[in-house]
Amino acid sequence: MSEQSLHTLDQVRIGERAVIDTLAGEAALVQRLLELGLFDGEEVEVLAVAPLGDPIEILCGNSRLSLRRREAANIRVVIRP
Amino acid sequence: MRVALTGNPNAGKTTLFNALSGLRHRVGNYPGVTVEMKKGRSSFGQVDFDLIDLPGTYSLAARSPDEMVAVDLLLGHCENEPRPDVILAIVDASNLERHLYLTTQLMELNVPVVVALNMVDVAAGQGISIDAQKLQDQLGLPVVPIQANKGIGLDKLKQVLTAAAGQSPPTRKPLFPDAFEKEVLPLTAELGEASSFLARRLLLDVDGYVQKRMLAENTNGLAEHLATARERLKAADCPIPAIEARTRYGWLREALAGCIRKPAKRPVTWTDRLDRILTHRVWGTLIFLLLMFVVFEAIFAGAKLPMKLIGDGKDALGAALGNWLPSGPLKSLLVDGVLEGVGSVLVFLPQILILFAFIAVLEDCGYMARAAFLMDRLMARCGLSGKSFIPMLSSVACAVPGIMATRVIENRRDRLATILVAPLMSCSARLPVYLLMIGAFIAPGRSTWIAALTMFAMYGIGLVAAPLVALLLKRTLLRGETPIFVMEMPVYKWPSLKTVARRVLDAGWAFIRRAGKLILVTMVLVWALLYFPHGERYTAQLNQAESDIAQQGMPLKQVEEEIAAKQKELRESNDPKLAAEIQELEARVRPYYAIQQEWKSQSWLGQAGQAIEPAVKPLGWDWRIGVAALASFPAREVVVGTLGILFSVGKVEADTIREADDAGETSLGRALRHAKWGDGDSARPLFTIPTALSVMVFFALCCQCASTLAVIRRETKSWAWPAFTFAYMTVLAYLGAMAVYQIGSLIGG
Repeated sequence: MSEQSLHTLDQVRIGERAVIDTLAGEAALVQRLLELGLFDGEEVEVLAVAPLGDPIEILCGNSRLSLRRREAANIRVVIRP
Repeated sequence: MRVALTGNPNAGKTTLFNALSGLRHRVGNYPGVTVEMKKGRSSFGQVDFDLIDLPGTYSLAARSPDEMVAVDLLLGHCENEPRPDVILAIVDASNLERHLYLTTQLMELNVPVVVALNMVDVAAGQGISIDAQKLQDQLGLPVVPIQANKGIGLDKLKQVLTAAAGQSPPTRKPLFPDAFEKEVLPLTAELGEASSFLARRLLLDVDGYVQKRMLAENTNGLAEHLATARERLKAADCPIPAIEARTRYGWLREALAGCIRKPAKRPVTWTDRLDRILTHRVWGTLIFLLLMFVVFEAIFAGAKLPMKLIGDGKDALGAALGNWLPSGPLKSLLVDGVLEGVGSVLVFLPQILILFAFIAVLEDCGYMARAAFLMDRLMARCGLSGKSFIPMLSSVACAVPGIMATRVIENRRDRLATILVAPLMSCSARLPVYLLMIGAFIAPGRSTWIAALTMFAMYGIGLVAAPLVALLLKRTLLRGETPIFVMEMPVYKWPSLKTVARRVLDAGWAFIRRAGKLILVTMVLVWALLYFPHGERYTAQLNQAESDIAQQGMPLKQVEEEIAAKQKELRESNDPKLAAEIQELEARVRPYYAIQQEWKSQSWLGQAGQAIEPAVKPLGWDWRIGVAALASFPAREVVVGTLGILFSVGKVEADTIREADDAGETSLGRALRHAKWGDGDSARPLFTIPTALSVMVFFALCCQCASTLAVIRRETKSWAWPAFTFAYMTVLAYLGAMAVYQIGSLIGG
């Protein structure tokens, strides 16, 4: 298996795409992310960042979601080149 | 037949509910929670439906009592609410997989489920087409394509609902692994439940509401059983909570295969294009600020005429009643108590409605979520979230719609914190006090920017205090884990006039009913405290004085108008003859005002004010200012009128101050400037700059507004919170005013 560098979603830049690898963190947050369609294998794209650097806006499936960096840090992703 | 309507937020549930139930709906209150569920009726042929609109949710994993109410209702565990016969699940065709996640949970409730496939037109616009028949076959549930906003497909939907009532619950559903089911059985037995639904939620929702409730009720080893069960599942490669998503989405992927046709590349939508600008770091923020500015201007401009009309109407009605009724307590009660009370509620209605309309439009078109996105970081610094921004900003015009707008904040603690600090944001009713004090004491003899700066500072006090108090509350009283912010930003759409109009009317009507009652009661109370004792005697004296004045050539009202007009002329011409005329006119009316002053001073409220004078002296106030503050409890503008009476210039309308070119030069302004301590005992002026500032600061921080308290009561469903708000703000106002006066006096010397 090739070494793919794992990043977290808050490290992904605007315009980049990534595939979700795993979710970490508190059960309540994880459940919330799963309910909104953010789970293993899904592709996300980072669309925008708010003026003060937080929160970020992403595209997942056909829905636009907004989450704080602290929350995005719980999502481990593989960045698509 | 009972139908429960459920679905994700933004799926069009409310639109569907309104379309099905028309105007026949009412709101249901549930004990112990702040969420309200709308109930309505609809009919199809001979069959009548009872519709209940459950709050929009992404899943049945409840984390709070508010979220649990829907689950309880669906299980039939709600008191007075029998189980629904059919569950109507509304899903968005352009986001099918995720929306069906909730549906797969609903399938486990042992009640027939009907799927309403909404927004097929939006999906088609993105090149997504759905084979509803195939979907129906794969899911094993009836699927009805609809467009709720256009009313398409609704008859078919009603027909399907009617047919579904007697049928058996869904048979096909996602199958959890054996290891999981093995744990569910013993748990169901231990809980003593008929269905396994709650046992499943107990297992899956770590630290969820079901777990909290069950652990509180069953202390015999349930916690250990739960922990070991979860450990076993983790070892068997069924980790909690991931196993739920894996099972459900896995099943959905298979079921949806062949039902959806999507273009290879996702097309760029209007939402994409708009968001590129509206959530842009620079442009998005600028547009947002501009929008907020426009909203504010619109409120002040748009409300002016209706407010004037209402004010004039109130005056006309008061005059008519005055002529028609015989003198006495009843007339005074109706004119000065009831009419004033009702008038002061109605006069703010235009502002409230306009503001609410804006909020409703922003929410319906989808922009609200973007506003929350842009402002979140700022709000997070005060311990709140971006969703609190618009409610707090609205409160700068008027706290009533601001507090009502906190409905959008899902997190209970955040919502409560926002509600409790909203009244601190400087509202427009405080303006007459600021104008009067600044005009009479700060502005004369100084450059205009000092007056402007003071005004700005007074607004600033609220704007600074609110976030600080919010932070304090979230660290102490309302302490808890940081709520989850993750939120969906809905697709932009044209706001529906019907939806907006309905929300505005609902809000306006609710305000009148709720706030109206409380304000009426408090106004009548204050009226009584100012009327008695000896009200009849003084009224007789006033009538006598009025006819004495009329005998001198002009009736009272006309003399007052003459004085005001001549004063304006005097300011421009400085004609000494004019000054003498004014003096003569004022001498005519002085006895009338003196009687008023004596009456109110010896009234119950007046006596109370005199009794508390030692308490307000540290603020630089005398008893007259104390009485005015007490009298303004129902509504802030009353302070101006009461000051007018107590300082013997007759009753002054707040509007007079607002519209005056120079508030300091009104009769009240000048009377205040000449006011002395102890009624002439000493020659020390009552109103020094520190006193003027302390009055302003008190009103900046106090909660003299029955409307606000009434709305807080409505939104929090308890009397404790409005009482708490009044108490903490009064304490804050008192301490703030005292600090300003003491420090100001020290500096001033």
